[in-house]
Amino acid sequence: MALDRWIALIILMICMAYGYAAFFTLDVGLPPFMQRNAIWPSTFPKVLAVLAIACALIILLGKSESEPKEGDIDYRRLMDYNLGQALLLLAMMAAYALMLRPVGFLISTVAFLTVSALVLGERRLQYLMPITVLATGVVWYLVQQVLGIYLRPLPYFLGTGG
Amino acid sequence: MLEGIMIGLSTAFTFSNIMLVIGGCLIGTFIGMLPGLGPMSIISIMIPIAISMGDPAAALILLAGVYYGAIFGGSTSSILINAPGVASTVATSFDGYPLARAGKAGKALTVAAISSFCGGSIGAVLLMIFAPALATVALLFHSSEYFALMVVGLSAIAAFAGTGQVAKALLMTLLGLMMATVGEGALFNLPRFTMGIMDLQSGFGFVTLAMAMFALPEALYLVMDPSRSNNEAGGEIKDLRITRAEAKEIAPVIGRQSIQGFLIGVLPGAGATIASFLGYAVERNIASKEDQEKFGKGSLKGLAAPEAANNAACTGSFVPLLTLGIPGSGTTAILLGALIALNVNPGPRLMVDKPEIFWAVIISMYIGNLVLLILNLPLIPYIAKILAVPRNYLIPFILFFTMMGAYIGQNNATELLLLVGLGICATILRFADYPLAPLLIGFILGSMLEDNFARAMQLYDGLGFILARPMTMGLLGIAAVLIILPSYRARRARLRAAGVADGD
Repeated sequence: MALDRWIALIILMICMAYGYAAFFTLDVGLPPFMQRNAIWPSTFPKVLAVLAIACALIILLGKSESEPKEGDIDYRRLMDYNLGQALLLLAMMAAYALMLRPVGFLISTVAFLTVSALVLGERRLQYLMPITVLATGVVWYLVQQVLGIYLRPLPYFLGTGG
Repeated sequence: MLEGIMIGLSTAFTFSNIMLVIGGCLIGTFIGMLPGLGPMSIISIMIPIAISMGDPAAALILLAGVYYGAIFGGSTSSILINAPGVASTVATSFDGYPLARAGKAGKALTVAAISSFCGGSIGAVLLMIFAPALATVALLFHSSEYFALMVVGLSAIAAFAGTGQVAKALLMTLLGLMMATVGEGALFNLPRFTMGIMDLQSGFGFVTLAMAMFALPEALYLVMDPSRSNNEAGGEIKDLRITRAEAKEIAPVIGRQSIQGFLIGVLPGAGATIASFLGYAVERNIASKEDQEKFGKGSLKGLAAPEAANNAACTGSFVPLLTLGIPGSGTTAILLGALIALNVNPGPRLMVDKPEIFWAVIISMYIGNLVLLILNLPLIPYIAKILAVPRNYLIPFILFFTMMGAYIGQNNATELLLLVGLGICATILRFADYPLAPLLIGFILGSMLEDNFARAMQLYDGLGFILARPMTMGLLGIAAVLIILPSYRARRARLRAAGVADGD
């Protein structure tokens, strides 16, 4: 089965869970005065669930296998691409999300930018480090001072950093 | 109208707003030139900045400037290195790249800039005429017509998605609508579908979703396929001038394509890509025999046509956004989201309640086009140096800026994890050729669609509003035809292909 139909199957299951929630759980405990309304909180989701399930079934049972487009990535040869790098970068992003608060903006950003560039194959640290440090400082200054949005710059045990 | 123009002039011609247009155009050109980064990614990265400015007119002026700049930058990379950053500039590379190969890169860039300028300016004039007229009609609309109109818009986006794609685009739209129901709606004061997760109480963040749908997959594509960011700049750029004869040759092309492009841009779902391809095809067909030969080998007409058309279409796509509050494309959907975040409800009342926003945007479109022509064109040889930025530096920064955008919007680290998760889903969907713009458009229109649906239902105490209001019924009929017709035609084409050749 082609990838697009696998995806349709997954979406179908999501829609069914959504539909179940809309049809059977959402109206429990609806106050009586609202039950007399023509529209309930669940009305619109019910319509959506039915339409989406129909749509997903059409794709799932249909016969539409799209040819890979010129210049686009062909998922059938996924291993030929730099999949490892992409996954590592995604892991880096997740790590950054978890580090941002406890470690502070400055350290975690410099670490993220440097390690990501290393993952991509950059080896000239003498250029890389100054650029990432400078860029981090500039972005922090812009966000904090110009936009006025607070970003904790330093690790939590060093205070709030103004 | 004259009064409106005066309001617009006085709003747009403040020092800070002119700086915003110039800055937006430059940033847009800069980033739009990087292969693989389209206007949607750039605008979604810029949104947190625009929102934090707090002034809707200024925010829209900045974002519109970025939009134009990005399209212009995309044409530049199409011409110089045959790497269109956006679908709408693919047609530009047909004739632009051969010109650059022949050592006429400077001339090609000038023709592109002039065509873009004319396309954008003519589009802005048409917008000035069309939008108020449409808004007057739209003032007669009730919530039931709004509901029907949004259904038409969403179906049109699915219908124009291409053959065999209608069901996929429709499914994506529905998924977007479903995501919009997550969280606490304004209508019922009741959290829905949060699965007990506190961070979902306020629903999905629109900036996060926009980043996850566009910026992140594009960055991951760049990582996985290094050939997408090949930077062999096509020689030196010199001699930006064009001759009088050449100007005469392209003038009628620009005129025709500006009007045609604008009209295509007004249609929901069609947009700049279709306008540019159609413009190219039409001009090739009506050109004289010897001109036709040159198309694809470096014809100036072939370069001017898609450039004028795609810029006019960009302007045209502002018509439904500003008059009906219904975005026709991914980019205008992102702009709509930004406006809503700034407490502005685009729609027919916009022109009455906040005329300064409407007219300031139109006037700033002129300024933006002027800036691109006067300021950017001479700077292009220097800006083009950015094409040489190594991807090892480029990609980490793109990823970092997407995360910053999501974080600034919500100030919440969970949002970043959500961004990564949604980004992975979006990339997989893109592998399987599911269009992502309909999802975002559905998400942004979702709450408005439900509000209007609910209001109509309450007024008529049930689904009676469909029968009671002929205009609603007519619009819903159009929506049904839009969905059914392409599937029917695809089916017939398949049957014909499967059967015996019909009568040779």
